Amino acid sequence: MELQIKQVISWMEKTNEKIQSNKEYLTSLDQAIGDGDHGLNMARGFQEVVNKLSSSNYTYVSDVLKDVSMTLLSKVGGASGPLYGTAFLKMSTALKGIETVDYPQFKKAVVEAVNGVKERGKANKGEKTMIDVWEPIVDFLQKQDNLEAKELESTAEKAMEATQDLKATKGRAAYLKERSIGHLDPGSVSSYYIFAALSEVLEEGA
Amino acid sequence: MSNVGIVLISHSPKVVEGIKDIIRQMVPDVPVELAGGTDDGSIGTNVEKIQNAIENAYNEKGVLLFFDLGSAMMNAELAVEMTDYEKVKVVKAPLLEGAYVAAVESGMGKTLEEVEKAARNVFDQT
Repeated sequence: MELQIKQVISWMEKTNEKIQSNKEYLTSLDQAIGDGDHGLNMARGFQEVVNKLSSSNYTYVSDVLKDVSMTLLSKVGGASGPLYGTAFLKMSTALKGIETVDYPQFKKAVVEAVNGVKERGKANKGEKTMIDVWEPIVDFLQKQDNLEAKELESTAEKAMEATQDLKATKGRAAYLKERSIGHLDPGSVSSYYIFAALSEVLEEGA
Repeated sequence: MSNVGIVLISHSPKVVEGIKDIIRQMVPDVPVELAGGTDDGSIGTNVEKIQNAIENAYNEKGVLLFFDLGSAMMNAELAVEMTDYEKVKVVKAPLLEGAYVAAVESGMGKTLEEVEKAARNVFDQT
């Protein structure tokens, strides 16, 4: 795999498309076990991201990712702002000064992102949060020598679906305790869109 | 003499305005800055608002940050990581009661550490 500025921008555009067309769905998931703002927050945040990227010029992939991060931090009012903002900021830092990102570099960036999210949210795997998608993705990447785009997507999808059976111990859903079981975690669903979008970009580039 | 600054962070602008009103009844002159709601004033928190509030509340005594739910703490911690000031701390205490006691202690000229300790132990006071 190779990721250049063009692909990263396309990754964010595809993510935005998925989030816009699933805005109501994300909101309904969040209304079930959270504060109901996830669809609106993500739709607003990623629309701003796409606007920002289309009006800027970039030399390095890390600069694109930094703008993604800063936009999400300032425009998303819910927990997904600092969490996704941290994820993309860590990726940006890990890829600083690189023009074409190769697979080992990308792996490292995702590992850094997950560590950042865990630290920011003080959460671990199994707590019914976005980490339940990001961590299985890291495990998957660590096992692969070459990135299979389709498998990336299906790994994220399986991980997202598995959050249905978990009891939330972090985030607003944690207040509901057992009542959170049986619902998908909204942050895991939006994380799935991010990896599904990446998978599409990689397939196009292959 | 300067006083430890207080920053109130809530998902709702009304919540922090109300808390400031309560504080001002007893403590008229301690810096109290607000970071309530998102950048467009809806329910949520915003790191830039928190950064501005720190800037306005800051003096050599330092600033303490009080927060309510979820993203409020994460954004408070982010703002602390992003600031160049050293004496800025997030306090784990109830937003209203903690900030109230902190304002009173700050008004008495206490240090950052003393004010923080009083706020954290707010329910232990008789």
